[in-house]
Amino acid sequence: MSNHEHSAPTPLGGSLVTSLTKTMALLIAIAGVILVVRLIFGIGSVTNVNDGYTWGVWVVYDVMVGSAFACGGYSVALLVYIFNKGEYHPLVRPALLGSLFGYTLAGASVIIDLGRYWNTWHIFTPGWAQINSVMFEVATCISLYVVVMWIEFSPVFLEKLNKNDIRKKLGRWMFLFIALGALLPSMHQSSLGSMLIVLGTQLNPLWQTMLIPLLYLMTAISVGYGIVIFESTISAIGFKRPFELGILSKLSKVMWGLIVAYLVVRVVDLVVRGAIVEAFKPNVMALMFWVEMAFFIVPAILLASAANRRRPDKLFLSAVCMMSGTFMLRINSYLVGYETGEGWNYFPSLPEMGLTVGIIAIEILGYVVLVRLLPVLPKHEAAAVK
Amino acid sequence: MTMDRRQFLKGMLAGGAVAATAASAPAEARGNLTMPPKAMGLLYDSTLCIGCKACVSACKESNHLPPEYSTEDQLWDTPLDLSGKTKNVIKMYKSGTGDHKDQEEDGYAFMKHSCLHCVDPSCVSACPVSAMRKDPVTGVVTYDPGDCIGCRYCVLACPFDVPRFQYDKAFPKIVKCELCNHLASETNDTRFQYSACAQVCPTGATLYGPTDELMVEAKRRLALKPGTDHTVPRGRIDGKDSQMAKAATYVPQVYGEKELGGTQVLKLAAVPFDKLGFRDLPERSFASVSETMQHSMYGYLITPALVLGGLVVAAKRSLRDDEDNQE
Repeated sequence: MSNHEHSAPTPLGGSLVTSLTKTMALLIAIAGVILVVRLIFGIGSVTNVNDGYTWGVWVVYDVMVGSAFACGGYSVALLVYIFNKGEYHPLVRPALLGSLFGYTLAGASVIIDLGRYWNTWHIFTPGWAQINSVMFEVATCISLYVVVMWIEFSPVFLEKLNKNDIRKKLGRWMFLFIALGALLPSMHQSSLGSMLIVLGTQLNPLWQTMLIPLLYLMTAISVGYGIVIFESTISAIGFKRPFELGILSKLSKVMWGLIVAYLVVRVVDLVVRGAIVEAFKPNVMALMFWVEMAFFIVPAILLASAANRRRPDKLFLSAVCMMSGTFMLRINSYLVGYETGEGWNYFPSLPEMGLTVGIIAIEILGYVVLVRLLPVLPKHEAAAVK
Repeated sequence: MTMDRRQFLKGMLAGGAVAATAASAPAEARGNLTMPPKAMGLLYDSTLCIGCKACVSACKESNHLPPEYSTEDQLWDTPLDLSGKTKNVIKMYKSGTGDHKDQEEDGYAFMKHSCLHCVDPSCVSACPVSAMRKDPVTGVVTYDPGDCIGCRYCVLACPFDVPRFQYDKAFPKIVKCELCNHLASETNDTRFQYSACAQVCPTGATLYGPTDELMVEAKRRLALKPGTDHTVPRGRIDGKDSQMAKAATYVPQVYGEKELGGTQVLKLAAVPFDKLGFRDLPERSFASVSETMQHSMYGYLITPALVLGGLVVAAKRSLRDDEDNQE
């Protein structure tokens, strides 16, 4: 039996009005204005999406990348509850909180991009629901997962509200929600990749593969660990808490193993299908492919050394690379590698990016406020609370 | 504990193997859909087209679509591509001096762009809310804005870039050719009885009719010796209207016969189709590839149920260990 007694999570306390929270509030307000313009004058009034590139950053970043970046809770839960690695327990709550915001906002923000958003409920309604559509599976699984996550996180609220009887009752069923919380992201994170299969030859062979669901899933799990390292580093600096080096160093080894496995699958698939020749053509797609690959190769090399895994700067760099690689895989497969015919261009407009920035600001603001008010982060004796 | 984990992993593997066997059973694989019994479509013969764009105008009239301007004076409806205002457009290919009709070098050719009404459409497979449907009898691919959520997965998925979206509207719709499906209704208030583009075509370049008959007509034209005088039907293939034509030097291919399992709108041309904006496509439909993948993973929810079982066992054990540890 592994020995993993850990300090109980406690609210961080401190002021809610800081220059950070004020900045986030301003960004959210700007995004609100952009949203109003979009609702009155249509999607084209604030974005650069067109019939050639009909999905811009509101889908590809907010949903594809945003939900992958929200996989911290899923990835840590897999370790702690499925592979019974109790020593990672202190990471569960902070990771789950990040995921809760990431997923809730990924689900909510996609509605902004739906042209006929008032019909959204059709997806889940028999008579409309079209089960052959990969998007049906994605939408259903993400929505269910958001509900499951709020239930998984609810003990934190119940603890705060002293509703211990409800908490105990819920505790008896928690195994089911934990199992669902491991199943649902595995389904929809892979399906976010499967959604590309129907594009057929419109997608460059560097990304059009029957293994794309596996590639999406593997990067989603490993970026989950990347996000945990990233968030822990930022929290340690921002909240002036000690850096949890021991646990993050071990976590980085898990991430490293996944990155290496990913690279093997990725390269073998490209070689077996013969698609690797596309990577050596003198074009933008090949260039972007190598940029994407570099972001996986760098942490695969960095984290191979045990000495590097004990250095916070190298851990942080690897986490950022992992996030960038995950970002690039999704941007490349939905935008760069999509051969839509001549004459089409897309780069997000300022207001389009502004709305995405506003959504990220909601996540940051929500995270900061909740860790100060609720028992999320593990208690540290030396924690200097401002 | 180590034993537990090993058993769990074994269970997962066994479950996966069962699911994989179930998935590879022939019943699960989804081949291309087949041509509906009374499939209707169009035959467009690029060599008969004179680029008059009467079909573009008639399409707007039949579908109550607004004009789209591309000239400075903003007087004429001059769409350059399909869009949220245009369901049918004639595009032109030109090479070198552009002197000779239907010639690849130093020549020009016309091409009609509108929905091909695929036998196994990607848009129908992609649509999460059944807003895109394929009529089980006529095979016409229809769109119902009342169902649509405006996600534009159809726009992304269509290999012919047909469905378009109204980005400039607060309450937008997808816009695509529905083969003038609405004309069959009692409330038809237009002057058209069938696909407006075919009804007004003065040269028989766009012909309306059952797809199987159109295919016979297309093959007949391909078999003619170039330069032969022959008669082509005008309007609809079963109508009485016809006119004289000279057989062209066709590319020996009916575009739409095999592409992605076939389309109900067929095309003939004397310039290679990739030059006219139609890509080379495999015979297996993209929809069937996608749905086979999806159904082998999620068919009857067998795999998710098995995996969930394994996860429940693992989660229960971890929670128990956790409690033991805290006590």
